[in-house]
Amino acid sequence: MSLAADPLFNHGIDLDVVLIVVGKTVAVFAMLLLAVLLYIWFLRKVIADMQNRIGPDRAGPFGLLQSMADGIKLFFKEQSSPTTADRTVYRLAPYLSVLPAFLAFSIVPIGGVVTIAGHRTYVQLADLPFGILWLLAMSGLGLYGVMLAGWASGSKYPLIASVRASAQLLSYEAAFGLAIVGVLLQSNTLSTRGIVQKQSWDGVGTIVSDWYWLPALVALFIFLFAAVAETNHPPFDLVEAEQELTGGFFTEYTGIKFAIFYLAEFMNLITMSAIAVTLFFGGPSGPGLGFLPAHGWFNAWIMPIFWFMLKLIILLFGTVWLRATLPRLRYDQLMNLGWKILIEFAFVWVIASAVILVGKDEGWSLAIVIPSTAAGAVAVLGVLYLSMPKRGESVEEIR
Amino acid sequence: MGALSGFSVTLRQMFRPRVTEHFPEEKRPKPVRFHGRHVLNRYEDGMEKCIGCELCAGVCPARCIYVRGADNPPDAPVSPGERYGFVYEINYLRCIHCDLCVEACPTEAITETKLFEFSFANREDAIYTKEELLVGDDGRARRQPWELWLGDEDDHTSAWMRATAPSGQAAYEGRVSWSGELGFGVRSPEQGQEQ
Repeated sequence: MSLAADPLFNHGIDLDVVLIVVGKTVAVFAMLLLAVLLYIWFLRKVIADMQNRIGPDRAGPFGLLQSMADGIKLFFKEQSSPTTADRTVYRLAPYLSVLPAFLAFSIVPIGGVVTIAGHRTYVQLADLPFGILWLLAMSGLGLYGVMLAGWASGSKYPLIASVRASAQLLSYEAAFGLAIVGVLLQSNTLSTRGIVQKQSWDGVGTIVSDWYWLPALVALFIFLFAAVAETNHPPFDLVEAEQELTGGFFTEYTGIKFAIFYLAEFMNLITMSAIAVTLFFGGPSGPGLGFLPAHGWFNAWIMPIFWFMLKLIILLFGTVWLRATLPRLRYDQLMNLGWKILIEFAFVWVIASAVILVGKDEGWSLAIVIPSTAAGAVAVLGVLYLSMPKRGESVEEIR
Repeated sequence: MGALSGFSVTLRQMFRPRVTEHFPEEKRPKPVRFHGRHVLNRYEDGMEKCIGCELCAGVCPARCIYVRGADNPPDAPVSPGERYGFVYEINYLRCIHCDLCVEACPTEAITETKLFEFSFANREDAIYTKEELLVGDDGRARRQPWELWLGDEDDHTSAWMRATAPSGQAAYEGRVSWSGELGFGVRSPEQGQEQ
């Protein structure tokens, strides 16, 4: 664990350390809120561009304050709740949804190692030794907000939507976890800081050799699919399919509670993109400015954050592009993609990369590695295929 | 590429010119026959053209026009003929801007302008009275406080043209039908018309 423990706590905990942690918490929270506001603006602008429109341009320069204005408007809207609602849970649900979204972001390494008031520390809220498990736990907890919102609304459509949400999350959690295992096999650590340090920048060549996007290429695609599905982002936004479910699980929510669900959704999206940057694209690693001292404040503070943000923005552009392009999937297409394609590929990829990595360690020759990988893949696929209900069989069981 | 080809479409659109207009700052030229709010026209000597015949009210499909005629006072006539429009009101909450009143008018008293930015905040403002509809001494529409048109946006206020030929034939009769007695708002002939 020496690879990844935050040096802030090496010399005991005093007031300075506590203040730094509190400061970091506030900064990350504020940054995430600001990022959501800017992401909504970015989303609307890019989609407008893709539809030959201009998009919001009235509030503030380039319409930057539009989401702020919308938020303020929603804040002052009338709060109404259905008479059939379970009041306590109904009020609690939005916060249950937004809290895990924020907590999940706390493990993301945003920048490098800096010195604040004589203490060396990571630009990262928490560097947990079990960081990735924390992410999985939080993304699972986020479902409670959706589930309870749907149930507590006391209304049909939100309930159906929340049941759908749990089915969707359950289906994709498996592929999501296996895709992360694909990275963990390479990194040998669960700590996000450790994963990033394993992918550190040593020149252009290390993008190919050290960043995990290439060694875990299939895992990357599975991760992206599953992350998009887990955040209920189009084309997987069946939870809020208007044609079928009116407004989805937050149909009965108004005003600021409604806005909080949106906040949570976009926070989740940003968190997932940040995790993808961490796992596959080297996190904050990137070249510093050569003409400045390598450990000066600029190269220590600004450049890692710049690289992290750049990678994040590129991925977030991808999500907007996805939203602008693809229509919503049908429910059976969603389930088929999750259960019949992604999980299979994830299993095979995990086994194949495990065999290759062990083979590398033990010095096996390729003549053993390749056939054994293929045999393992065939065995896994065979078991999965045999366990899958045949066409008509599941219908028969239901009857 | 099937489903993935859509991505290139959306990306390509990003570099196309925008079609959105910055509306209140930049206004697109309006079509020649745009149907905006009405005006009641005058002759060059200041006499009102309306004779209070109520044909516009009779033809109005939305029943939004209310007219009452009265005999002209002999010492101070309002219009050249025997009678004049004593009350003239148009309810813009009902008007559908079909222009049938303009077609029905025998004296070209009522015409439609291109002015359309007149969003009102109460029902009283929605009902335009004769004072509000009547053009000023210069022949131009008078801007009401709640209307949002500026400068020379009221050009072509007086001129008008029948949507159909007077004979009822759909084809043009080969003559310019723009009327512009005030020397204001006369437009160039349309395709198929002679000067």
